[in-house]
Amino acid sequence: MEQRLLKRESVGQLFAKLADAGWRIVGPCRSGEAVVFKDVHAPQEMAADYVQTTLSPKSVVFPRYELLLRYRFEGKDVKIDDEQITVVPTVIFGLRPCDARSLAVLNAVFSWDYQDVFFKTRLENTTIITVSCTTSDPYCFCTSVNGGPGDPQGSDLLLTPFDADEYLVEIVTDRGRAIVDQAPELFAPAAGGEVNKVRVLADVPVRFEMSRLVECLPRVFNDEAFWAEQAMRCLGCGACAFLCPACACFDIQDEADRQGGVRYRCWDSCGLSLFTLHTSGHNPRTTQGQRWRQRVMHKFSYFKDRLGTIACVGCGRCSRSCPADMNLAEHLQALAETSA
Amino acid sequence: MDALRNKARDLLSDGSVQVVIGYGPGSVPDQARAVFLRRPEQVGALFFDDRCHQNLAVYLTKPEVKALGKPAIVGTPAILRSILQLAAENQIADGQVLALGVDGDGRVTELPDFKSIEDFLAPLPADLSPQEQEQLARIEAMSRSERWNYWIDQLSCCLRCYACRAACPLCYCGRCAVEANQPQWIPVAPHPRGVLEWHLARAMHLAGRCVNCGSCAKACPLGIPIHLLTQMLSQEVAKRFGLQAGRSAKREYVLGTFKPDDAEDFIR
Amino acid sequence: MIAPNIYKPYLMRIEKITDEAPGIKTFRLVFTDEQEGRDFRFKAGQFGEYGVFGEGECTFCIASSPTRTGYIECTFRQAGRVTSALADREEGDLIGFRGPYGNTFPIDDWQGKNLIFIAGGIALPPLRCVIWNVLDLRDRYGDVTIVYGARTVDDLVYKHELEEWRRRGDVKLITTVDPGGETPDWTGEVGFVPTIVEKQAPSAANAVALVCGPPIMIKLTLPVLAKLDFTPDQIYTTLENRMKCGVGKCGRCNVGKYFVCKDGPVFTLAQLNDLPPEY
Repeated sequence: MEQRLLKRESVGQLFAKLADAGWRIVGPCRSGEAVVFKDVHAPQEMAADYVQTTLSPKSVVFPRYELLLRYRFEGKDVKIDDEQITVVPTVIFGLRPCDARSLAVLNAVFSWDYQDVFFKTRLENTTIITVSCTTSDPYCFCTSVNGGPGDPQGSDLLLTPFDADEYLVEIVTDRGRAIVDQAPELFAPAAGGEVNKVRVLADVPVRFEMSRLVECLPRVFNDEAFWAEQAMRCLGCGACAFLCPACACFDIQDEADRQGGVRYRCWDSCGLSLFTLHTSGHNPRTTQGQRWRQRVMHKFSYFKDRLGTIACVGCGRCSRSCPADMNLAEHLQALAETSA
Repeated sequence: MDALRNKARDLLSDGSVQVVIGYGPGSVPDQARAVFLRRPEQVGALFFDDRCHQNLAVYLTKPEVKALGKPAIVGTPAILRSILQLAAENQIADGQVLALGVDGDGRVTELPDFKSIEDFLAPLPADLSPQEQEQLARIEAMSRSERWNYWIDQLSCCLRCYACRAACPLCYCGRCAVEANQPQWIPVAPHPRGVLEWHLARAMHLAGRCVNCGSCAKACPLGIPIHLLTQMLSQEVAKRFGLQAGRSAKREYVLGTFKPDDAEDFIR
Repeated sequence: MIAPNIYKPYLMRIEKITDEAPGIKTFRLVFTDEQEGRDFRFKAGQFGEYGVFGEGECTFCIASSPTRTGYIECTFRQAGRVTSALADREEGDLIGFRGPYGNTFPIDDWQGKNLIFIAGGIALPPLRCVIWNVLDLRDRYGDVTIVYGARTVDDLVYKHELEEWRRRGDVKLITTVDPGGETPDWTGEVGFVPTIVEKQAPSAANAVALVCGPPIMIKLTLPVLAKLDFTPDQIYTTLENRMKCGVGKCGRCNVGKYFVCKDGPVFTLAQLNDLPPEY
């Protein structure tokens, strides 16, 4: 992979060049105690000294609230206004390698047979400038799910911080090259052969063996008591799903008045009891244990079977923010250790 | 610590309770998490210190926990106040829960019924902490438009994840108001109006019922200080109606009570 | 535009409303855009998302046969928000329709076979689509037997079509009502559907059975069919699950590794046995 060097102090100039060329830049910013992705114009606006953001960058390609269509009532007549989506070319700067990998998971859902024009348009117009991880915390487990702190998968440019003042830049895709071409003077050649980034990358211990987990899951499926025990402290909110960069489940609702209205979608979670409730009152998943099982099975078994990838990138957000300290990696470890 | 563990061991050994709900080691050293001990040999996991602030009373109305049998529960003041309010709302029967009052010296007091809980709480400070008072005062000092801007800004990140609802011991409704769709009283969407309606509705539904545990704000993944909304209403109810949730197991729900000598005359 | 908007519905006009039974109606829908109506194709078993603008969308099978073009039909019971709004519509009103979605009954594979349709109550609509499809191509199929029951005489749907089927010489129709549901002039059977199926004892030789009904009816009918030597591959049913998008994205209808909207709604018993009991 072609390597360049970018001085940290040059990032501001890069942003300015991109903004002049009409790009929108989204980066991690403090919001109270949380770190979330917001529009930025200068590097100083971005947060520093954090391991991982609170919210994932998925709202850039899959907003928490999105219009699907509008309609107007004209007497008895209904006029449907197809929601045309226009997207400004966007750069997400400063996401982690785990987040970069999550886009492929979302894309698998939104491209499955039917192409979701909203997601696809946003993804088409988004460039990913990832920053590798030089620190991790006990909640990270990217290395257990086929990822890593310097993994380039899903990135267009991968920046690794060296020596406090410089990034190693790896040009992963043509889209990444297009960014470099916007301000080539800022990207110096990497002198003297390939720079080895491994020495600055965070150490993320492997928590469980993925192959063992995948093998254990179908076997444990019917052990209701096992899942009930794991989920005993789960409060059944949607925080894990909403923070997860690889969760794509949504609700569709209408809001209208006498003149007309909209049909929209918003984030939803299989952890909420309402998710599977039938109008008849029947609910296929009545207990939190069943809903917890669904979350784990969907991400680590069904998704893999149907769409070829695990639907988890090990970012740890679900566990960091869970009000009941559920800790997904811990539960997965326990699952992978269940005996035949 | 030992007193608590010994008590838990005894209770499980002699079968007087089937589960001890307390705090055990969390994911990281400065964190505790809820544990549900079923067997005497598990009590080593129990501890109690200032890491223990999740309101465990939320589990007393969780069907899967209720199915375990009679619980003993570690009783911080917030948990004890929650139990009394749940009692006032007929969610717990007297004697159905054994609360274990814990004090700063590690002493454990068995509180087998509501009266004992009321007596245990009586000498403890009832008001919000100085820090909480200060937070409320800061907002009260704002002009109406400043206050509006403050809340619209704070709530702008809200995802409608319902962690606040899930963590609150008094949000035990089998079907939350937001889940009604004929009509859809409260919009589902996380757009600004929907977010505002959700939080205002929740605050109103908790008026006179909130025990000021702050769990809602602690649960919020974005750290939005929504506890200030319910705490402010708690103060209003206390001021105007002399009622405070969590002091007694006798029901006195301000929004569901009418007295002939009420100050408001519009209802006459 | 990278792709058309898959969430945009066809605009349909309600051409005819039939009151089938208490709380149950059939809508005949025509495409307001005539070209769309001419181009529209679907296969037996597929479903759609029928929407009331301002209220939401609801999932029903397409209850009319693919052999009859220019319109589609759906039959539904008023139960929640969207079905209540639908029930309030009048002929001439406009609603939305997205589809056809889902998999199909493999009726081409069934040519030459004997077909046994077993349905209860509001679950006749998904099978009615297949029945008319088969009857419109009658000489391609063997014996056609229909066992249909409801709680009471009033609850039977498609009452006029039941008469049509009864009068045809090439269909064996047995209707039944639950004990106590009969009227003085009722000439059909009295008994629960599984009991009547056992009494009819259809042969499993060169046969396919389609079973649709409330869970309890299916639960009690399957052992009857097993006793008659029907293998799980010979038994077909349709599953219902909570749905929203209908196109495999919103996650709601996921049961096991299947999505009812993509891998169903038609399932064989063999496939059902493979699923976790979460539906």
